Amino acid sequence: MAWELDNDRPIYTQLVERLKLEIVSGFYPPGARLPSVRELAAAASVNPNTMQKAFAELERTGLIITQRTSGRIVTEDTNMISQTRRELAEEQIVLFLTRMQSLGYRKTEIIHMLSEQEGKEKQDE
Amino acid sequence: MNEMNTGSLVAIRDLTKRFGKKAALDHVSLDIPAGRIVGLLGPNGSGKSTLIKLLCGLLVPSAGQALIAGNLPGPATKACVSYLPERTYVPGSMRIRELAAFFADFYEDFEQEKADAMLSSLEIDPDAPFKTLSKGTREKVQLAMVMSRRARLYILDEPIAGVDPAARDFILKTIIRDYNEEASILISTHLISDIEPILDDVIFLRNGKAVLSSSVEELRDTRHKSVDAYFREVFAC
Repeated sequence: MAWELDNDRPIYTQLVERLKLEIVSGFYPPGARLPSVRELAAAASVNPNTMQKAFAELERTGLIITQRTSGRIVTEDTNMISQTRRELAEEQIVLFLTRMQSLGYRKTEIIHMLSEQEGKEKQDE
Repeated sequence: MNEMNTGSLVAIRDLTKRFGKKAALDHVSLDIPAGRIVGLLGPNGSGKSTLIKLLCGLLVPSAGQALIAGNLPGPATKACVSYLPERTYVPGSMRIRELAAFFADFYEDFEQEKADAMLSSLEIDPDAPFKTLSKGTREKVQLAMVMSRRARLYILDEPIAGVDPAARDFILKTIIRDYNEEASILISTHLISDIEPILDDVIFLRNGKAVLSSSVEELRDTRHKSVDAYFREVFAC
């Protein structure tokens, strides 16, 4: 099954995002061995050079580590993983706030609506 | 005049092919470095097949030249170029086993084990005559043969035309898994969106001229659209 890719952005950035998500969500847990570039490129149906470039970016940030003997693994630094998770969450919040503000809501209203939503969901349970 | 000087696997200079008064290919100059997957894109009649046939030595240029690994198309290039033509040339009565033997006879770089592995993953009976296979399976078998050569340049002319999406996926994955990293692949197609994510670079041909040569990521980054969408824009009529 090929990965879903947006048409209007470079493929490489989308691969980086997807791999980050798979690491922070624990699909690839800390210390886990990653598939080879070739395997993952075939799974995603993307060019191996592009996958290589995405791996290189994640190596640069330290989220994945190349070991000479056992290929690439996810970092065992759980702090770094939580921090990345936090960054991704903040991106989502900024995106959400921008959209809500474009609908004309102020931040205090948005926070109020969020807690109301929380109350509704509790009732449903 | 050789690889050392140009640094590219394929060096095309002012390549021109005329049929009567019409120039099917008109002073095209291009370089393809080693290790790239390149899409050759253009509407029908833009010169894609002419370019491919010139590279394969099936046509003789009217002017200019193409060098592959430093050689003009001929026996030396045929030994290192693995070509999948648009139309099948396999006799219908030939069995898959015989086809593989044929390839092994013809090409020193043919890897029988690789071909066997691919055919068994396709669950194809090696004793089946070619004509009994479905269209999609025929494409897959021919691609398996072509990709089983340890070539320096693979030229695939419309490898996914006329096969169903599942077969298409298999073909693309085969291309990604089985080419070696020092080799390059030139794929001509008009089914751009299917093939776009596996390409490094694209070449747009129009009326026999190369109107664009770019990396896919660069194009998507600067135009904020897919190669497919950009192609529709460039070739809108």
